[in-house]
Amino acid sequence: MTIPATPGAGVAVKAAGVSKTFAAKSGQVHALDAIDLEVAAGEFVSLIGPSGCGKSTLMRLIADLDQPSGGRLEVFGKSASQARLDQDYGIAFQQAGLLPWRTVAANIALPLELHVPSKAERASRVAELAAMVGLSDFTGHFPDQLSGGMQQRVAIARALAEGPRLLLMDEPFGALDEMTRERMQTELARISTETGAAVVFVTHSIPEAVYLSDRVVVMSPRPGRITEVIDVPFGSSREESLRESPEFFAKVTAVREALHGTPVTRADER
Amino acid sequence: MTSLAGRVVAPIVVGLLLLGVWLLLTDVVHLAPTMIPSPAAILQQVGEFGDVIVEDALVTGANALIGLAGGTVLGVAVAALAARFRVFDGMTAPVIAALAVVPIVALTPILNTMLGASTQSGRQVIAGIAAFIPVFVNVLRGLRQTRPVHRDLFRAYAAGGGQTFRKLTLPTAMPYLLTGVRIASSLAVISALVAEYFGGPVEGLGTPIVSYAKSGKTALAWGYVGAAIAIGLALFLITMLLEWLVTRHRPSE
Repeated sequence: MTIPATPGAGVAVKAAGVSKTFAAKSGQVHALDAIDLEVAAGEFVSLIGPSGCGKSTLMRLIADLDQPSGGRLEVFGKSASQARLDQDYGIAFQQAGLLPWRTVAANIALPLELHVPSKAERASRVAELAAMVGLSDFTGHFPDQLSGGMQQRVAIARALAEGPRLLLMDEPFGALDEMTRERMQTELARISTETGAAVVFVTHSIPEAVYLSDRVVVMSPRPGRITEVIDVPFGSSREESLRESPEFFAKVTAVREALHGTPVTRADER
Repeated sequence: MTSLAGRVVAPIVVGLLLLGVWLLLTDVVHLAPTMIPSPAAILQQVGEFGDVIVEDALVTGANALIGLAGGTVLGVAVAALAARFRVFDGMTAPVIAALAVVPIVALTPILNTMLGASTQSGRQVIAGIAAFIPVFVNVLRGLRQTRPVHRDLFRAYAAGGGQTFRKLTLPTAMPYLLTGVRIASSLAVISALVAEYFGGPVEGLGTPIVSYAKSGKTALAWGYVGAAIAIGLALFLITMLLEWLVTRHRPSE
């Protein structure tokens, strides 16, 4: 099954027949099998599915943190490895992963330090990013002085540091409480619109996927496969009121049914 | 309030009690004045020979500090190589283990002969070897503490090997380095001092402690011991402060 991207703006991610097997004690584990997916430039795509469906693995393959066992994977028309070397994407994980010995500003500056030689340029970019995630007053703080939500904002600012055209996020709000989580979602919706970057967003949460995405990719485990792709045509401005609208609930239901409609694994296959 | 009482008041009370027992035994009971002089006698001697004691303390302190610095540099360098190259780690592990169990001060007479009995070099080398072990062991452990999420990030940033080492591996190892240096600081002072008991030049705290203890000038010998304690304490406090400065923003593991 090939999923066409929105025509026109170009392709951020293109996976064709991508598979991934890990060697384990009990033999080989098929983490991903025959993944075909296109993410258009500027498009917000969520990967959702139960644990073990390979959604994080797929994101790691796009990031070139792991290599696929088969198939072809392109990021902006190049190999994933070249895209990584060219710094075409920014990345954030469930753990904020801030360096505890660096201040907020120095954490945001980290990727810039590796690639931008001008100190003045770095400083102005850091100020801009801190303002974007609402942390201008906290640039001198250390990570241990911040709440979980604030730490995750620093991680997002850091991911955006080099103005990437693609943002990869692996359950970035997974460790946050529900209220912080919704606020962060609203901010991410705004930021992704502002930056125009494509986003590949891994999540466990159905409402989160529906609220943020242009398309929700539903996956099933053993082996990890794409079972359904659901369009979420709510446009680019996602207001808080959307969360309470009937259309929103209809999409949540659609994604939930897609998730539960996947063939149930028989117990003897585990 | 209870923590303040426990951490500050309690040790002071214990100290005062010990001082009281000391005064009771020396000034009231007059127990063996040649072995345990009274605090006043020690203070009087320290006042009289203060300049000489400070001079000798500086010699021993300098030996310990030079040994500590040398041992630390060597420990970090060897640990970096061992962390980077598994083969090197395999080659050095038995040597380090052997070095750790050798009573290092026992090498002093040999080193004095090798490096010349009229120099302080033998003592500095002894302090250096003693300091090397804890620094090496701790730094090697510290260089292996980078978290997977940080390694993924640096790979995602396409950071080179040198950049990753400078900006991730080394800062991660810093608290371990300072723990190593704190332990090494005490060992360096002890080794530098004890090495003086095995001959070599007369400058330093060791020789006077031996000769005054033997010749019955116990109060003065105790004054020198006090100077040795002061050096050890000073180095320990400085390294503890450094450790606190580096680790204060890190979550405790």
